[in-house]
Amino acid sequence: MSIGHTLLGLLESGPRHGYDLKRAFDEKFGHDRPLHYGQVYSTMSRLLKNGLVEIDGIEAGDGPERKRYAITEAGVTDVQRWLATPEKPEPYLQSTLYTKVVLALLTRRDASELLDTQRSEHLRMMRMLTERKRKGDLADQLICDHALFHLEADLRWLELTAARLDRLAEAVTAR
Amino acid sequence: MTSPTPPPGSLLTASELRKTYGPTTALDGAAFSIHPGEVVAVMGPSGSGKSTLLHCLAGIVTPDSGSITYDGREMATMNDSQRSALRRSEFGFVFQFGQLVPELSCVENVALPLRLNGTGRKEAERIALSWMERLEVDDLKGKRPGEVSGGQGQRVAVARSLVTSPRVLFADEPTGALDSLNGERVMELLTDAARSTNAAVVLVTHEARVAAYSDREVVVRDGRSRDMERIV
Repeated sequence: MSIGHTLLGLLESGPRHGYDLKRAFDEKFGHDRPLHYGQVYSTMSRLLKNGLVEIDGIEAGDGPERKRYAITEAGVTDVQRWLATPEKPEPYLQSTLYTKVVLALLTRRDASELLDTQRSEHLRMMRMLTERKRKGDLADQLICDHALFHLEADLRWLELTAARLDRLAEAVTAR
Repeated sequence: MTSPTPPPGSLLTASELRKTYGPTTALDGAAFSIHPGEVVAVMGPSGSGKSTLLHCLAGIVTPDSGSITYDGREMATMNDSQRSALRRSEFGFVFQFGQLVPELSCVENVALPLRLNGTGRKEAERIALSWMERLEVDDLKGKRPGEVSGGQGQRVAVARSLVTSPRVLFADEPTGALDSLNGERVMELLTDAARSTNAAVVLVTHEARVAAYSDREVVVRDGRSRDMERIV
């Protein structure tokens, strides 16, 4: 999963401090793997350097200064490009796909379009494997079958998510 | 009604199809097109309208509005007997359950569409047997449908659907009642046979592994269609 894109997506709803970003990330996507503070600050410095975020304000306090980050136009374009580009079909994509769907809903983009594009990419790969299987020997067939079953499982998840988009939208925007 | 111009080379084209059954909207502006020799999967969740789309394209159901052209002819301008002739001679059908006639032998089942078109029994059964060989079920010629397995019966049904050399084959969940291995074999034989005769195949399925035998997919959701090839 791209932490940079996810943090950028979370910034689309408004400027936040690094700490708020970590909290929002952990709450929505980090159930098993919460972010370390170090990851947030190193990611934000990279995004800042690349012009995808800017400093919206600095608050001085008793501790270290607290920077508030805002997404730039280039940052919004970058999130848009990431969401619109299908993932290469491979095992264990769930967390990336889940993140993309939730971010699309949070930023009021068309999540069903994202799912359709991903389905098409998965089917493209399944067609290649099916063709290879038809021309191959038994070993080829078994290897392709293994990959096909995994892709099929992803696709079933995509279909189920597509059918539950309305409920998911309610859940993520209510938090 | 003015029909939109079909895409160049398209054999069967539909646009802006609407169909309601009482309060239920089955199709809400669906579109479709297919070229000769192309296999197009129609995908979507249960109740999305994919079977209604197939029935409209095949002239079994008349849409409330919209346009369907087959080989340059607007379907709405054809009368019932013209549409029926089209279904008998230019279209082939395979359904989830083979729908073979239980009283007839397998070869008589396969020969049936030719017999209905007026071909003599001997000639019809000769052609039927050649299709049964291609589908690897010629050894079942004298058996009744009740005496063969589900996978064998479905291959007999595919042979029957192709025996008239249709230009469009409509397949509605053709492997829905089969296990994985039999389903795959039916899909291999069906797509090979269709491609060898340059027939277009409209393949309704909710299974990705079946759709993987197609050239492209059209997704139907809430009665609206999305042609992924043309968008991505």
